[in-house]
Amino acid sequence: MLSAIEIKRVCKNFGSMRALVDVDLEISPGEFFALLGPNGAGKTTLINIIAGLSLADSGSVNVMGHNVITQYQQARRNLGVVPQELVYDPFFSVREVLLIQSGYYGIKHNTLWVDEIIERLDLTDKANANMRSLSGGMKRRVLVAQALVHKPPVIILDEPTAGVDVELRQTLWDFIKQLNQDGHTIVLTTHYLEEAETLCNRVAMLKEGRIIALDSTQNLIGKLVSGNSVKIRLLPDNLPLVLQPLKKNCTNGLYELRIDNYAHIEFILSALRSENIHIQEMHMQQPDLEDAFVSLIRNSGNKLQ
Amino acid sequence: MTGFLTLLHKELLRFWKVGFQTIIAPMVSTLLYLLVFFHVLETRIEVYPEVAYTVFLIPGLIMMSVIQNAFANSSSSMIQSKISGNIVFVLLSPLTYRAIFFAYILASIIRGLLVGLGVYLVTLIFFDIPLLLPLWAILFVILGSAILGALGLIAGILADKFDQLAAFQNFIILPLTFLSGVFYTIHSLPAGWQYLSHLNPFFYMIDGFRYGFFGVSDISPHISLLIVSICLIAISALTINLLRSGYKLRQ
Repeated sequence: MLSAIEIKRVCKNFGSMRALVDVDLEISPGEFFALLGPNGAGKTTLINIIAGLSLADSGSVNVMGHNVITQYQQARRNLGVVPQELVYDPFFSVREVLLIQSGYYGIKHNTLWVDEIIERLDLTDKANANMRSLSGGMKRRVLVAQALVHKPPVIILDEPTAGVDVELRQTLWDFIKQLNQDGHTIVLTTHYLEEAETLCNRVAMLKEGRIIALDSTQNLIGKLVSGNSVKIRLLPDNLPLVLQPLKKNCTNGLYELRIDNYAHIEFILSALRSENIHIQEMHMQQPDLEDAFVSLIRNSGNKLQ
Repeated sequence: MTGFLTLLHKELLRFWKVGFQTIIAPMVSTLLYLLVFFHVLETRIEVYPEVAYTVFLIPGLIMMSVIQNAFANSSSSMIQSKISGNIVFVLLSPLTYRAIFFAYILASIIRGLLVGLGVYLVTLIFFDIPLLLPLWAILFVILGSAILGALGLIAGILADKFDQLAAFQNFIILPLTFLSGVFYTIHSLPAGWQYLSHLNPFFYMIDGFRYGFFGVSDISPHISLLIVSICLIAISALTINLLRSGYKLRQ
């Protein structure tokens, strides 16, 4: 089947800095895909290469089967990109910006679709306002709208919710989820891992220009974080000997104990009772992407694919 | 074609929306030059027989304003887009390198012509200016503004800061314009300077343009046309290649 995005052995250096090293990645149509990694991992560089904003030193990238260099026009018609930086053209209003952007893609009369995206992104009140007068959140919505004027099948969002308030973030995600349900392939980078966890079906993690993990969100969490755990604070602060093997760690008197199944809880409680130790505080801990991310970034030597 | 027309339209709107600064202001400064030179030199110099100095000066000043504004248009548009980052909207689009080139150049030509035409119309109120061969004048004004539009695009692409662009403007464009025969005929210069003037492509633009007004020029207008055309082709090829390579635009 045709890939939405196909990246083959892409390398990119900036001087002596290796920004991307032999990156291979295939994203299927209709996926909701997250690209994660610490700052400087190469996420934006990779997105820029897909978008044609940056040129790879070697390797190839196709968008919907079109090479981004040799068939750049077709590739770009199939791609909408929301850049990370809040860039805007101060000479124009929101509607003008969207109609101009449509024209760049060869679309002459796009008023109906432009009005629809303006409405769906809640920009109606600001449609005729100059870009300069908009708040950061509004500018972010315009950037999303600009990426959609030509109804691209593949949409890339580079940290679209950075610096955006909670309410707008929710609106934005609902909108993007809707786009995904309508059949658009979505690729995003984000620092809010819970977003990737709730939205994306597949995740790639980048570190120092290499993909160190690539799997479905569930599998990745499963692979990296073994089961649930419970955190307890004890009085007196003394973990019974029989519970020591379950101890994962202890910070500020809060013990984290592994529980492979719920019967384990009864075992822990009875062990504490028999030594007359009371529980002062208790939290159940479920594995999440954050844990997976942290543990991966800590020991990225072992490549998981 | 829609992509090219949209970018052209956007480039035109960009200067039109601040027309006071991009069209009226340069007209006023050009007319101020004229006023000062008229006051100081009108009765002292006669460059061509039967042609008063101010009347000789007017085509030169028109061409100077065309040159400066054509350069300013593409260079400032490009560097502003680069520095503010909104150049990505053009770079992300399927616009071809040629479409981008022609849209920027045509916008530069149009701004240059608007300023030039404005100066011409205002001076017509006060002076009797012959326009013997209008087609020659139009040809040179279009070629000249196209060359400067392309140079502006190159400068805008190469410069990383407004500083560097100002240096390009003040140390290259301005001296080449001032020393090209805007204010004098090169026959009034010593032999060495005359020779140097012949190496300045701006000289041919202004001399050819002036030929359109008076039917007289320092050198044959055909030679000027040939040299100006070669310059335009060479600079255009350079600019299109720069855009194609993505130098300083696509890292």
